[in-house]
Amino acid sequence: MSRNTAAWLYYAACLAVTGVFVFPVLWVLICSLRPAAESALPPAWIPSTLSLENYETLRRVGAGLWRYVGNSVAVSVGSALAVAAVAALAAFGFSRFRFAGRGVAFVLLLAAIMVPFQTVLTPLFIVLRAVGLHNTLLGLGIVYTTFHLPLAIFLMLTAMGAVPRTLDEAAMLDGAGALTVLLRVILPLVAPSLATVVLINFIAGWNEFLAALILMTDQSNYTLPVMLVTVTFGYMGTVDWGALQAATVLTMLPVLALTLCFQRYYVQGLVAGATKG
Amino acid sequence: MYRQGWLGWLFVAPALLLTCVFFLWPLALVGWMSLHNWPLIGRIRWIGIANYRAMLNDPIFLQSVRFTLTYAAAITPTIFVVAMALALLANGDRRFVGLFRTLWFMPTAIGLSTASVLWVWMLNGQVGIFAAIGRALGLVETDIPYLDSGTNAMIAACSMVVWKTAGFNMVLLLVGLQSIPSELHEAARIDGAGAWQNFRHVTLPLMRRTLKLALFLSITGSLLAFDQFYIITRGGPQNGTISMVYWIYNNAFSSFRTGYAAALSLVLLAVVLLASLAQFMLFRDREDA
Repeated sequence: MSRNTAAWLYYAACLAVTGVFVFPVLWVLICSLRPAAESALPPAWIPSTLSLENYETLRRVGAGLWRYVGNSVAVSVGSALAVAAVAALAAFGFSRFRFAGRGVAFVLLLAAIMVPFQTVLTPLFIVLRAVGLHNTLLGLGIVYTTFHLPLAIFLMLTAMGAVPRTLDEAAMLDGAGALTVLLRVILPLVAPSLATVVLINFIAGWNEFLAALILMTDQSNYTLPVMLVTVTFGYMGTVDWGALQAATVLTMLPVLALTLCFQRYYVQGLVAGATKG
Repeated sequence: MYRQGWLGWLFVAPALLLTCVFFLWPLALVGWMSLHNWPLIGRIRWIGIANYRAMLNDPIFLQSVRFTLTYAAAITPTIFVVAMALALLANGDRRFVGLFRTLWFMPTAIGLSTASVLWVWMLNGQVGIFAAIGRALGLVETDIPYLDSGTNAMIAACSMVVWKTAGFNMVLLLVGLQSIPSELHEAARIDGAGAWQNFRHVTLPLMRRTLKLALFLSITGSLLAFDQFYIITRGGPQNGTISMVYWIYNNAFSSFRTGYAAALSLVLLAVVLLASLAQFMLFRDREDA
């Protein structure tokens, strides 16, 4: 086989694979832009006209599209920032201080990695009710924050461990307190890891389905994935395929755009999460 | 190095507080609840191990364990073979290879539930693309009957999961592939090894750690499967695709038997911990690999 044939075969295989992976995403995007009347018909390759009708329908679905977008943004942005802040504080405490009970606290925090949240969802519902946070976006955000903490602490510890202690000491000689050292000296140096933590947790929160499905009992508190599935199940009896396509696109696009822009951070975070053991 | 060690407590306190209230408390409660008849509304009654005994007479529970294990056993090698093929294609520095890698990895970012909805639409008999292609090729009359049998439902869910997760596994495998020094492949080639022999006797053995890692990630993930069966197959046909998490969900939030659901959760936790333990033992035994 000549070198040229091999190259042709190689690129043919790569393009075929690319087709398989990219097609569903492009296809739903194209179909969502068909006029609403066509969305219940068998697929045609090229839409007769482009239209935003499906997105118009979606705007009025349930409690209104913007409500769901707002819920999703609030929960995923809020929990991603909270995880980053709480994990940075904890990692600083563990890497820079020796205190009684440190070992126990450490094991306790990282042990949560071993227990998947699916196994404590039932009592979690009851705990949230007991503290008055059931069916609230705050409660859901706190649940995400708690269950994303172990990995985030692990990532921040690795990053902070690499920052030389002499920097802390130099800053303290200049009269800085512990909190100032953390905020002014260490955090800027571990900014890439901090960005990774925010990014992977935003995406995880944005995509999460089961906890949101269980903990949000009020339709107006649904996040986008729960709304999307409600549309799929056709709570009015029949499925509006056009609205479903538009909702799929809206739920997918933000995370796709983010990962394409910040792919390196995202991959780093996922790989670190996978190899933590 | 900081003289006031107690200050450390202040820094770890928020994390500890969250973990105690929203992780440890529920974890303790799940054990306590499993020993009760615990309806969401109404009187809570101590019933000892009756919930655990009830499991043995619960055909859907037994079915869900069998199904979850079958699913894990089916999806893991499939993801593996696909991801390995992708990794071999994406390894190297040919032109555009970075772009291919990015595009193949892309579905990783999409949520499992969103991807499931996407596939429900593509699998649909009237409006879906698969049926349309089948009709165009003359393979099917009207519909692809993916919910007619358990096998078809399984294939439908698995094809979505492979599509969504192969790219991520490819990235993991690439880390392993790229850690193999090229001199080794060179040496094997000089000794007369062909491409397959090189792969079989150099690449695979040297990637053992990465392969095990990917293997156990996939197994743990499959044991916790829910979204794809709730959305794509809705547990059917004949409750044939109800996974363990799905059955917990049904008991806790459809029939409100929360005590029983708690007992089921502990069984699931035991299964997951056993899988992790097996992983730990395997990793430790062959640390030299």
